[in-house]
Amino acid sequence: MAGRAPDDGSNFVKIDRSRGTFKVSRRAFVDEAILSAERAAIFDKCWLYLGHDSELAAPGAFLTRAVGGRNLIFNRDSAGTVRSFVNSCPHRGMRLCRDRAGKAKHFQCFYHGWIFGNDGKLIDQPGGESDYAPGFNTDCSADLVPVPRLEQYRQFWFVCFDRNAASLADYLGGAREYLDLTADQSEAGMAIIGGAQEYAVRANWKLLVENSYDGYHAMTTHASYLDYLRNTVGSLSRTPIDGVARDLGNGHAVVEYTAPWGRPVASWIPMWGEEGRREIDAIRQRLAARHGEERAERIALRSRNIGIFPNLVINDVMAVTVRTFYPAATDYLEVNAWAIGPSEESEWARKFRLFNFLEFLGPGGFATPDDVEALENCQRGYRNHVEAPWNDISKGMLKNQPRVNDELQIRAFWTQWNQRVAAHRGGGGVPA
Amino acid sequence: MSGPASRPEVEDFLYQEASLLDEWRLPEWLALFTEDAHYLVPATDLPADASPDQNLFYIADDRYRLEQRVARLMKKSGHSEQPRSKTRHMVNNVRVTAYEADALCVASAFAVYRTKDGVTDLYVGKALHELVPAGGSLRIRKKLCALDLDGLRPQGRISIIL
Repeated sequence: MAGRAPDDGSNFVKIDRSRGTFKVSRRAFVDEAILSAERAAIFDKCWLYLGHDSELAAPGAFLTRAVGGRNLIFNRDSAGTVRSFVNSCPHRGMRLCRDRAGKAKHFQCFYHGWIFGNDGKLIDQPGGESDYAPGFNTDCSADLVPVPRLEQYRQFWFVCFDRNAASLADYLGGAREYLDLTADQSEAGMAIIGGAQEYAVRANWKLLVENSYDGYHAMTTHASYLDYLRNTVGSLSRTPIDGVARDLGNGHAVVEYTAPWGRPVASWIPMWGEEGRREIDAIRQRLAARHGEERAERIALRSRNIGIFPNLVINDVMAVTVRTFYPAATDYLEVNAWAIGPSEESEWARKFRLFNFLEFLGPGGFATPDDVEALENCQRGYRNHVEAPWNDISKGMLKNQPRVNDELQIRAFWTQWNQRVAAHRGGGGVPA
Repeated sequence: MSGPASRPEVEDFLYQEASLLDEWRLPEWLALFTEDAHYLVPATDLPADASPDQNLFYIADDRYRLEQRVARLMKKSGHSEQPRSKTRHMVNNVRVTAYEADALCVASAFAVYRTKDGVTDLYVGKALHELVPAGGSLRIRKKLCALDLDGLRPQGRISIIL
């Protein structure tokens, strides 16, 4: 079937190991039926990132967030327990909490006045004693509905809408090592920095997955960013971009590499001056004292673009961003992105971390807008998918150890994607 | 300029700034800024007094990075604005809110339309300019654009200058 689009759900990924080719059908980016299958087979089944523990600093803290197509409340109750509920009043289903974030002992639905504790228990409803039968809520059906599963790993909280899913730790598997390398940057705990970047891309969500750890596109897509670095005296070390791609299992993958840019933890560049050198040296020494010289060096000097299947990206690069996204339509995705850093870091380090973040990352940076332009034009290109049906993801296919600018990490995603979507559609998974 | 600038003078200045942006005369636009200038676009969930040193913004340029932003936008390799989008910067509700020793604080409302590839996006918000007299005219020491949006949906990017 070379050159023709597949016509069933079982073969969206075409692998020819002898020729070293890996192809993905462009229909996977445009087909409404595929999006429905993804919702059922991926977003209703996989662990999805909800938020970071630091965002709920004190008892009573709450925030509301859209995850996996649901509206959720993510909060810390008065006793300090972290919880997550679907944000729908049990009475008539109205979205209960309409604030982005805040602190509350109670949530009250304004429609009919039902009141819930921040542990989700129904406390009172107008007409409660006179109009409702005794023992009305003994089955707890009028309490807020918790998400089926809620677990954390190293302060990263995830939800899962499949009650029978494996534990988060098992699901993360080989990716835990890389979350550790992010979490271990702090003594007191990492913390989300104030200010969320919430944006959209008029493209399929899987394009952002691919792009987030694609080491192949930098030289051309980000040519003007690289020009900026070269023009900026002292912004670069002599370290080349060099490293590897790794398949971490379960669809998770990473690229880990050295790079010439400065890292607030803890790789100095001349632009940061002598004050910066002292700061960075001290951070390095504390890392070494906690983790040993070898691990400290890995944390400090290597950049990592980590993809947690299906939709969490942690890019630990010239700053650290946590990014999650969800498809509102086949050709429209919504992104939430944050900066994260050690809660104990100095004002100096925080300032340079954010300066570094904005020069590359986010909708106003010198690089992300060019990614958005590329992704949106891929989506436009897929209008021709009938005539030109296949994406090529073959780079480095036959290498024993693919490099950072190969495409192993993207193949890891698609292999998992295909297994889940094909299984859901009754197909046979990836033909070997 | 003798004495503090009047509102009509400030309005003329802001309209001229908008015109330079809409005509993609970005090097001339950059020349309106002082050597110690800042150009800021905060994230939309931050309080009005949030500092870019401690909070994540969309844009927090000092003069050097603003120069680099303009240089990038003038290049073919600034892909997000190639081919160039059409923009229209609307400026109104202009008020001089404070006359400080060496600067005017000016508040205005803005609506910027950006059209590219058949899609028109709107950026709306409040602009705060700090203007300093310089050689018979004005220069911008600080421009902060606070978006009246919940985020950048569907706009997705601020690849133009607001």
